[in-house]
Amino acid sequence: MKEWTFIAILLIVSAMLPTVPIMGGRLLGPRKPNEQKSSTYECGVETVGDTWVQFKVQYYIFALVFLVFDIELVFLYPWAVAYNRLPLFGVIAGVVFIITLAEALIYAWRKGALEWL
Amino acid sequence: MNLPTLESINLAASLPVLILAGWACLLTAIDLFISPERKHWTAWLAVLGLLASGVALGFEAVAYSQRGAVSAFGDMAVVDGFALFLQGVFLLSAFLGILLALNYLPRHNIERGEYYTLLLFTTSGMMLMAMAADLIVVFLALELLSLPLYVLSGFAHPRLDSEEAAMKYFLLGAFASGFLVYGIALTYGGAGTTLLSGVVEALVGGGPAPNPVLAIVGMGLILVGLGFKVAAVPFHMWTPDVYQGAPTPVTAFMSVGAKAGGFAALLRVFLIAFPATGDTWGVVIAIIAALTMILGNVVAISQSNVKRMLAYSSIAHAGYVLVAVAAARYPEVEPLAVSAAVFYLLTYAVTNLGAFAIVIALERDDGTGVEVEDFAGLAKTRPWLAIAMTLFMLSLTGIPPSAGMVGKFFVFQAAVQASVGDPLILTVTIIGVLTSVISAFYYLRIPVMMYFRDGEGQANVQPALGVALALTALATFLLGVVPAPFLQMARHALLTLAG
Amino acid sequence: MIPLHWFLLVAAGLFSLGVYGVLARRNAVAILMSIELMLNAVNLNLVAFWRYMAPETLSGQAFAVFVFAVAAAEAAVGLALIISIYRNRETVVAEDINMLKW
Repeated sequence: MKEWTFIAILLIVSAMLPTVPIMGGRLLGPRKPNEQKSSTYECGVETVGDTWVQFKVQYYIFALVFLVFDIELVFLYPWAVAYNRLPLFGVIAGVVFIITLAEALIYAWRKGALEWL
Repeated sequence: MNLPTLESINLAASLPVLILAGWACLLTAIDLFISPERKHWTAWLAVLGLLASGVALGFEAVAYSQRGAVSAFGDMAVVDGFALFLQGVFLLSAFLGILLALNYLPRHNIERGEYYTLLLFTTSGMMLMAMAADLIVVFLALELLSLPLYVLSGFAHPRLDSEEAAMKYFLLGAFASGFLVYGIALTYGGAGTTLLSGVVEALVGGGPAPNPVLAIVGMGLILVGLGFKVAAVPFHMWTPDVYQGAPTPVTAFMSVGAKAGGFAALLRVFLIAFPATGDTWGVVIAIIAALTMILGNVVAISQSNVKRMLAYSSIAHAGYVLVAVAAARYPEVEPLAVSAAVFYLLTYAVTNLGAFAIVIALERDDGTGVEVEDFAGLAKTRPWLAIAMTLFMLSLTGIPPSAGMVGKFFVFQAAVQASVGDPLILTVTIIGVLTSVISAFYYLRIPVMMYFRDGEGQANVQPALGVALALTALATFLLGVVPAPFLQMARHALLTLAG
Repeated sequence: MIPLHWFLLVAAGLFSLGVYGVLARRNAVAILMSIELMLNAVNLNLVAFWRYMAPETLSGQAFAVFVFAVAAAEAAVGLALIISIYRNRETVVAEDINMLKW
C-alpha cells in the first residue's frame, strides 16, 4: 500500500503545480481588458480567412501510408532486439517481411500516392 | 523459449497457401508495370497462381491420403482432410470469380489490376482459415479474408451504391471482428493458451489456469463475430445492402467464399476447442439456424431485385449449414455432419456462382437490368441461358437433378441422426424442410418469368462468362446426378486435432 | 500487485464504451474511432492475461502485436473508404449514406 501513497502525493503535488499559479494570478491580479489584450495574437500578423480550412486529400493519403508503415515497425523491433540469438530461419523471415514492406512502398510510389499535387 | 525451426513450420504442408499469398504479393508489383489496356494479363497471371496453388494442393491431397493429417507453423495450423477439401472449394471459387470479372470489369469501366490481386489475397485468407488450429491464426485469417473484400465491394468506385456497400460492410465487419477478438482474448484468459487443442484440454481436464466461465463468455463472443461473417440471423443486416451494392462478380465470390471461410472457422473452433460445452452452443446454434432459415426465406419472397433476393437466399443457406453445425456436436454424428456441411458449401458455391453469372449476363452497363421482370421472355431469346438458370434455381431450392438437392439431403440426414433424443434438432430439421418448400416460391418465380411471360429478355454473354456458366452448370448437374466421387472426398474431410 | 480483475474491468469498460460509440455516433470517422477503442480493450485484456496467467509463453504478447497491426490495416482501409465517399458525397454522416435500404 505504501508505494500507492507516494503516487497519490505525487498526483496531488503535480496537480497543484499548474493550478496554484493560475488561480493565484486570477484571484489576486487586477483585470483591465482592452482590445489589444484580448485579441488572439497580441503581436504578429492578423489571421486572414476562416481557420476551418479543408486539407488537401493528399494529406490524408500521406497519413494513411505513414500509419501503416509506422505500425509495421512493432514487428521489426522485437526482431532487431533478438537478432543475435535468432536462427537463420528467423533472419530470413525478417528479411522477407522487410521486402514485402519495400514492395508496398514501391506500390504507393508507382500509384502516385507520394506525389504532392 | 523455443524458436520455430524449418521442420516445425512444415513449409511443404502449407505450400498451397504460401504459393498463393506469395504470388499475390508479387502480382501486386507486376501489375504496376502492365499497361491499363492489358489488364487482362493480370487476370491470366492470377489464374496461373491459382493453378500453381491447385497443383500443390493436389500433391498435398495425395500425401494426406498416405500419411494423414500433419501440423504446420508449430501446431498453429493443421493440414487435414477438412482443410484440403475447403481449400479446393476456395480455389475453384476464386477461379470462377476471375472468369466472371474478366469481361465485366472493362464493360463497366472499372478495369483495374487490383481486382485480381485482392481476390488472390482474400482467397489465401480463406485457405489459411481452413487450416487454422490456433485462435491467433483464426483472427489473422479472418482479417486477411475480410480486408480485401471490403475494398472489393467498393471496387465500382465512383459508383455511389458500391462505395456505400463497401462502407457499410467495413463498419459492421470491423465491429464484428472486434467482438470476435474480444471473445478470443477471454478464451485465452480462460484457458491460458490460444491453441485450439490447448483450449479443449484446459476446459476438459482442468489445465494450469482453468476458468470455464471466461471461456464460455469468450465462446459466445466468437459466435457473434463468426455469425456476422456467415450472415446468420441476428447478425445479417449488412448482407442485402452489401450484396446489392457491390459489383456483381464480387458479390458472387463474396457470397460463396466469405461464407465458406466463416463456416470453416466456425466448425473448427467449436468442434475442436469447445466440444465440452456442446450443450450450450448446440442449443444456441440450433436456434440461430432456425431463425436464419425462416427470416432468409420469408423476406426473400418480397424482393424484386435479383441480387437482393440472392442475398436473402444466401442468408437462408447459411441457416442450412448451421443445422449441420448444430448436429455435429454429437460425437457419433460429427463425421457425417462435417462432411455434409463441407459438401453443402461446395454445392452452394457452384450453384450460386452460376446464378450470379447469369445475373452478370443480364446486367446492363449502368448496373440496372437485375430485376425479376428483366428475365421475362428469356427462354425465347436465349434458350440455353434459361435452361442453365432453371437448373441453378432448382439447385438452390433443392429439387433434383441438381447439386443443391444432394447437399440438402446430406445435411438433413445428419440432422435426423442427431435428432434422436434431441427434440430441438428435430424441430429445426422440420423447419428446414418447410422453409425449403417456401423457398420454391421465389426461386421458381424466375423460371416462370422466363418461360411463361412475354418480354425482351436481353443478355450479353461474353467468352469468359460463357466458360464460367458452362462450368458451373455442368458441375451443378454432375454433383446432382453422380455425387458419389465428391461425397467420397467430403467423407475424408474430417477435422483433426493438431497432428 | 494489482489484482487481475481490475484490468479486466477497465478493459470491459473500454470495450463497452467502444460498442456504445459504434451504436450511438453518426459520423463514420467517430464510429471507426470507437471500433479502435474496442480493439484496444482487447489488447489490454490480452496483455493482462499474459502477465497473470501464462507469462511463460509469449502468445498473449504476440497476439497483442498482431491485433494492433491489424487495427492499423483496418483503419487505413476504413479511412480510405471514408475519403473516397466524402469526395463523392460531401458527407461522412452514416445516416445520410442511405441509397440502399438499411
